[in-house]
Amino acid sequence: MAWLRRNVVVILGLLVLGYILLPNIVVMVFSFNKPTGRYNYEWNHFSLDAWLDPCGSPGMCEALGLSIWVAVVASLVSTVIGTMAAFALGRYRFRGRASTNLLVFLPMATPEVVMGSSLLTLFVAMGMQSGQTTILIAHILFTLSFVVTTVKARVASLDPALEQAAADLYATPSQAFWKVTFPLVAPGIGAGALLAFALSFDDYIVTNFNAGATTVTFPMYVWGAAQRGTPVQINVIGTVMFLGAVGIVGIAQAIGARKRKAD
Amino acid sequence: MSETATRKASGELRLVELVRTYDEFVAVDGIDLDVPAGSFFALLGPSGCGKTTTLRMVAGLETPTAGRIFLGPNDITNTRAHQRRVNTVFQSYALFPHLNIIDNVGFGLRQLKVDNWKPKAMAALELVKLADRAKQKPRQLSGGMQQRVALARAIVNEPEVLLLDEPLGALDLQLRREMQIELKRIQSEVGITFIHVTHDQEEAMTMADTIAVMRAGRIEQLGAPSDLYDRPATPFVANFLGQSNLLPFAIDGQTGGLVKALSHGHTFLVRPDQLPSGVLEGLQLGIRPEKLRLVSSSDRTLTNRMDGVVSDVSFTGVATTYLVRMPWDQEITVTQPNDGSNRARLGEQVTLGWDPHHSFVVGAS
Repeated sequence: MAWLRRNVVVILGLLVLGYILLPNIVVMVFSFNKPTGRYNYEWNHFSLDAWLDPCGSPGMCEALGLSIWVAVVASLVSTVIGTMAAFALGRYRFRGRASTNLLVFLPMATPEVVMGSSLLTLFVAMGMQSGQTTILIAHILFTLSFVVTTVKARVASLDPALEQAAADLYATPSQAFWKVTFPLVAPGIGAGALLAFALSFDDYIVTNFNAGATTVTFPMYVWGAAQRGTPVQINVIGTVMFLGAVGIVGIAQAIGARKRKAD
Repeated sequence: MSETATRKASGELRLVELVRTYDEFVAVDGIDLDVPAGSFFALLGPSGCGKTTTLRMVAGLETPTAGRIFLGPNDITNTRAHQRRVNTVFQSYALFPHLNIIDNVGFGLRQLKVDNWKPKAMAALELVKLADRAKQKPRQLSGGMQQRVALARAIVNEPEVLLLDEPLGALDLQLRREMQIELKRIQSEVGITFIHVTHDQEEAMTMADTIAVMRAGRIEQLGAPSDLYDRPATPFVANFLGQSNLLPFAIDGQTGGLVKALSHGHTFLVRPDQLPSGVLEGLQLGIRPEKLRLVSSSDRTLTNRMDGVVSDVSFTGVATTYLVRMPWDQEITVTQPNDGSNRARLGEQVTLGWDPHHSFVVGAS
């Protein structure tokens, strides 16, 4: 009883962690399954088939490639535009600044169904063919707000005297930016870019509205496949992505720890 | 630092009719100033008097609305901050958090493309006694150390003028005292012109050779600390630098080479050379609290005397400060050194006396 009381926080923590991680573990375990039918919902017996042939499910790797491409381009574009906007909003006072702040926030607050259908209406009205381009435009649109918000927080926490000190120490405005401001804001820009990538990569609703008939991203593929049967390869991709994300976080933590030690 | 120590800076600074306005607000209202090379100059004034704006215009961080700035023979008004051989110690220190101490100190040298910058930066760190912290990050240092790094980062570039924007404002009293002495030592060692902005009159008087007292965007009075203290020209200066008791008076003839001043029915003697030139109206007689003596009513050695009742006594160790209420309801502050003389009690009737040579005269406020 005394033991339980001492360790209650640890036990609760482990339970919550288990609750959060259980779906991922199921996905991982079932990537080694050899299902009997079309659906990968019941354990049959261990197999490496899916891991040895990850693109075995027709169309899946094309969809994955498209999703990665869209996510990379969308996060790059929205990081560049969003960073510049964040500097403008965080640093300068100008007419319309308050309303711009509000408008930038709007895409985050809008339900995706509404955004997706409105965008489709707009594209149709403009006579634009739905496809990769419309997906890209939509993704840049909704990831932009997240980048602006993340970077702006970082810019706002920066002492404006730092840039003045750089200028005072003979740095031209562009040198001051690259030697002082940018390194200090970079963590915020990096976080914004990662967030944008993740949001773009797994978006289904907005994408589905604006993809057209033949363009298929990975989330759309998974959704579509679930109607007809779930190839084990989906679990393989899911496992790789999960481990990749954990790996990135782990590396970041290790670098941070080493930096702290070095200081 | 030997190179810097032997070098006498050529940094003479001249401000001509300098003005800075923000929309309707006039921050700096036509300042003319000559700061001789190698001097320790203080801009002293309450917040909002325009002293920091003036400093920032010299640094190139603000653009003057009108007027010119000369550094030595060169007009630098239209140059930008990074083009001026002027460095600033910022109030917030503004150390670069992502760089370690040595890289912070070497930042300016590297911008100037100085070869072999590292030994120079180390020498500057030694000057502020922080050489052992070179590899650390700013956040690992205490406020006082960060302040010294900021100083080293500025003087290592051997600027013609060093600007200090309330550099000791964030430090506690003890540390501030130490840094005042330290700054003064460093200034005499490197010989760079220092311009120091502060609202702390004691700090300005401790460190500067010359003080410009600023008020509402203008220079109210300029001079050596002792001149400003002993002979303030305006009621503002009289009360901003230390404390003053001011008595309005009218001139009432002369006696024995001294001017007779009539105030609240008393006649006080004043030295004629203390009267301002020009209009002799609205004059006030000023006496510092420590120049007033508590004398016995029969003592006639001090000619200027007035009677009052002690309304407050506060003992501070080195001295006792009294408030003495005059018949015309003014409370006069008197400081009596703790030299063994008799102390007055609350409610006691006392006579205050002072030497005519120890008072000063200011014009109308």
